[in-house]
Amino acid sequence: MSDVLQLNFEVFPKPPEGLVPQSIKLQQIVLFRLYVLFTGRIITTETINTFQEMFETIKTHSDTPERHAIAEGNFYSPGKNFTGPGMNERIRKLRQLSVETQPSLSIERALHETAFYREHYGTCSIPVLRAMNFLDHCHKKTIYLGEGELIVGERGPAPKVVPTFPELTCHSVEDFHVLNTRDMQRYIISQADIDRYEQEVIPYWKGKTQRERIFSHVPLEWKAAYEAGLFTEFMEQRAPGHTALDGKIYRKGMLVFKREIAANLAALDYLNDPEATDKSEQWKAMDIACDAAIVFAERHASLADELALTETDPRRVAELKKIAEVCRWVPAHAPRNLWEAIQMYWFVHLGTITELNGWDAMNPGHFDQHLAPFYEREILAGTLTRDEAKELISCFWIKVNNHPAPPKVGITARESGTYNDFTNINIGGVNGNGGDGTSEVSFIMLEVIEELHILQPGNSVHISAKTPDKFLHASARVIRQGHGYPSVFNPDIYILELLRQGKSLQDAREGGCSGCIEVGAFGKEAYLLTGYLNVPKILEITLNDGIDPVTGKVAGIETGDPRAFETYEVLYKAFLRQLHFVVDQKMRVSNYIDRMFAKYAPAPFLSVVIDDCIARGRDYYDGGPRYNTSYIQCCGLGTVTDSLAALKKHVFEEKTFTMERILTAVLKNFSGEEVLRQTIMNRTPFFGNDDTYADEIAVQVYNDLVETIDGKPNIKPGGKYHLNMLSTTCHVYFGKVMGATPNGRLAGKSISDGTSPSHGADTHGPSAVVKSLTKLDHVKSGGTLLNQRFLPSLMRKEEDIKKLGQLIRSYFTLGGHHIQFNMVDTATLLAAQACPEDYKDLLVRMAGYSDYFNDMNADLQQEVIERTENDTF
Amino acid sequence: MSEALIFDIKRYAINDGPGIRVVVFFKGCNLHCAWCHNPESISARPEKMYAPARCIRCGTCVGACPETAITLSVKGITTDSGLCTLCGRCAEVCPTKAIEMSGKWMSVPEIMEIIEKERIFFDQSGGGVTFSGGEPLIHSKVLIELLDECGKRGIHRAVDTAGNINTPVLMEVASRTDLFLFDLKMMDAGQHEYWTGTGNDKILHNLKALSDSGAHIIIRIPLVGGVNDHEENIRQTAEFLASLPGNRPEVHLLPYHAIAQHKYAKLGKQDEFADFEEPGAASLEKSIRLFAEYGIRAQVGG
Repeated sequence: MSDVLQLNFEVFPKPPEGLVPQSIKLQQIVLFRLYVLFTGRIITTETINTFQEMFETIKTHSDTPERHAIAEGNFYSPGKNFTGPGMNERIRKLRQLSVETQPSLSIERALHETAFYREHYGTCSIPVLRAMNFLDHCHKKTIYLGEGELIVGERGPAPKVVPTFPELTCHSVEDFHVLNTRDMQRYIISQADIDRYEQEVIPYWKGKTQRERIFSHVPLEWKAAYEAGLFTEFMEQRAPGHTALDGKIYRKGMLVFKREIAANLAALDYLNDPEATDKSEQWKAMDIACDAAIVFAERHASLADELALTETDPRRVAELKKIAEVCRWVPAHAPRNLWEAIQMYWFVHLGTITELNGWDAMNPGHFDQHLAPFYEREILAGTLTRDEAKELISCFWIKVNNHPAPPKVGITARESGTYNDFTNINIGGVNGNGGDGTSEVSFIMLEVIEELHILQPGNSVHISAKTPDKFLHASARVIRQGHGYPSVFNPDIYILELLRQGKSLQDAREGGCSGCIEVGAFGKEAYLLTGYLNVPKILEITLNDGIDPVTGKVAGIETGDPRAFETYEVLYKAFLRQLHFVVDQKMRVSNYIDRMFAKYAPAPFLSVVIDDCIARGRDYYDGGPRYNTSYIQCCGLGTVTDSLAALKKHVFEEKTFTMERILTAVLKNFSGEEVLRQTIMNRTPFFGNDDTYADEIAVQVYNDLVETIDGKPNIKPGGKYHLNMLSTTCHVYFGKVMGATPNGRLAGKSISDGTSPSHGADTHGPSAVVKSLTKLDHVKSGGTLLNQRFLPSLMRKEEDIKKLGQLIRSYFTLGGHHIQFNMVDTATLLAAQACPEDYKDLLVRMAGYSDYFNDMNADLQQEVIERTENDTF
Repeated sequence: MSEALIFDIKRYAINDGPGIRVVVFFKGCNLHCAWCHNPESISARPEKMYAPARCIRCGTCVGACPETAITLSVKGITTDSGLCTLCGRCAEVCPTKAIEMSGKWMSVPEIMEIIEKERIFFDQSGGGVTFSGGEPLIHSKVLIELLDECGKRGIHRAVDTAGNINTPVLMEVASRTDLFLFDLKMMDAGQHEYWTGTGNDKILHNLKALSDSGAHIIIRIPLVGGVNDHEENIRQTAEFLASLPGNRPEVHLLPYHAIAQHKYAKLGKQDEFADFEEPGAASLEKSIRLFAEYGIRAQVGG
């Protein structure tokens, strides 16, 4: 036993003296330790040999000529040759600027807003104040029109420059210093700006931010559970957002919305309608917000005219004149052609994300379906070529990439480390009549995705039974490139999910998935993510009678000492009681916060474009939308299932170990209990293997989560809570706040993501994973999430593309909601960790969104490496 | 109840016949190819496999062995093959699965249950089951039961064989098989015996008979550098295939890969592992061209 090295999460394991051959140089030792740490291997001569091989591969990788492709502004994927047709000069330059510009912060918006609030707060109703503030900023903000741009408009003064939103959460001087200096997801800000913020912005907002309103109110039980990491709260950092649009803005301009508002105002009945005064303020605010969007566009038109005067290239002069014409027409009027349609959406997008900082930016929804009529009309008329259409769409794509997510403050900075702001463009799918929604524009978008290879916007393909194989295969070819997208959704199931939530058939069919995987009725629903629920942590406090073993503090309720539990059923009941308690805590505060937004941070511009806010005279945050959903995102189904399976089998059925022994081992992070840990990991049926024993536990937990959350009223008229099974990157944070778990997972390591199996637990290949996953009834959720990592060798031949398509079709026939694939290999990922500069373009898909591997923190990187590799020879 | 010794059942197999398939690997082979990449498939008895990299030197197996055949050292365990009865106790108790028994006796219903789990993928992809090995035909009784059962259930059946079997047995199987993946190593009889331990008369005769019966055949050639990838063998093979009485089969070239080295080590048969040359792209392209001269379509991989 003396030579056995216990793997310790905290420190890098050291190779024993004498085992390391001379051939491993000093600088390789760090890499070697990383390798051992990440692969969880016991150090033997064999480990060292394997590592050496891998190290050679890494060296080969980092020496490949593909690096030159970066310098040329192209993308590359290690081990593959870039064969795309390439982009034109304009797109190449715009892309380069977007990719190479370091994100920075602008205090302009905060300065305008603070000055405006100082002068006007208290002089008008809150909705009108918000709208006036938006209008004021649109009048004053720096307008940007970059060289070569066709689609115009930036939220900040230039690409990749992000404003702040002090009315929601006011960054401190310390926050700025952290943002300015941290290695990952850095945001540059000058000391002069920090000083000015300290003098002009911070003092005004002290005690008045949404965040402070929320934290001054929360009950102690909530605080205890929140601090233990049992759940997160989305709305303490950003405004509830998560919105996607339908097709109305391609049929109606702002002037039409203004007419609708005026008609409503004229018909107000102050004698009989008790809400008449409130409605009047809402409508006035919406009307002002429409003006703000028009002003913003007009200023771009003027700037284009101005630039045309000094421009010497006649081709560019014509473009600038065209830009001026487009910006004078939209968003005031409905678009007449493809260019105007794209610019229309972009102005609406910018309006919503400038007015307030909603979660997940904004989303055009089924963008290909909205653009297709314009495209088809113009192609027929001969006023547009396919290449011109593709160029405009590429310009739009780059615009989205110019907008990194505004940085957060405090604790949740650990939860999600990414610039991604989660705009997720839905491609393909079904149309409002239930027919196939794919068009030539869908294929153009796939080409744009493959050629641009940028972080944002996120994109997904929607494959119904009616979707042609041609589109599925074209999508699979993009997936094969290994950039981690598009992710794949099943409209046939999510339409059922929406119908079950009470949407009309038409609204359900026009709905889709936004953010990561969550469903909503596009353009007609506020479906707010309220926070993640740490389901394995609920089991952890159950095993400790309500105490959080990590801190020793009370986090839940007393449900008894598990050592005294005689059956598995008693244990499970105790778990359910904790679950109910935690969910109740979560909901009561979410409801309170919801109300705070309705009162203090209404969103009049967003309300204009979401049905039925105008008709109802109510704000987006105040029950104005046709549908109002609050989502709780449940994390860690794999971890909790495997832990319950381990206890059920080894403690209650086979009595391999006593509860006492397992609990003690877990508290010690399995130190000195490697035999027990290995036995559990290798001798327990785990979720993801098409094994009834584990899968039945997963189904039971899933159904009880549905039972506990789904259908509970939120505080909006007709509004309800639903659950989805999204984790984004929160499973990493949740893992950090947890000790070891009975499934053999070590303390601090990630819990399982979405509805995916625990890392490395699925050992029977993707078809078995698919079978396990579809034992859950996805229709009862608002979205599930399955990550599958594929090594490139699974996608070598054209025939393999078809087989991947068939795997997807099989999953969807069985009722799966979403699947996505990571085509990467371990050596590449290790190499990327070792030499980040050489792998700047390495994009990895995980947990519902795309990110650059090098932008992730070490924990996320480790997780990508740990994912089960499904290789076949 | 008839049972067969199975050493693996692989799901989402995409390289062993059309569509998404399940591959059932029978244990036991009547050829002994020097380059075999499934060395555990050769012996028709269960075998003990040991992976030192997984072993945590806990010694649980030492205590569990009824024959006291296992000793533990810093390097891991050693098993005295004279004492070991292959009872499998050590594999049962090993917490890390560093010790595993290769080969499990499985009944037809047990095997069918696993195959049936993949039905949705067969339906979507036009896939099915592939019986491989080892040599599945030396388990002909169970194989025929399985083929009949799959036939009844409408599951596509492929058999991966080296064809070294009595012709009547092969024909019995052929009447229940939708596709043969027929392994053809080389044409020269002496060379064949030198590299596989057996001549190829019976194999060639069977291939003719099979072709004559109208069976759907894909020829698989494990292309091993310096052994059978030379022009002479390729030409002879192509000539032979072109002369077959039935439809001209297509050829799948499976280039040798030194992937199996660790498996030899796990079986304690490091000595038997011989490293061959992996045929390069040029060699593969040349072979494809040569086959084309004879009107035979060849491709790399299956």
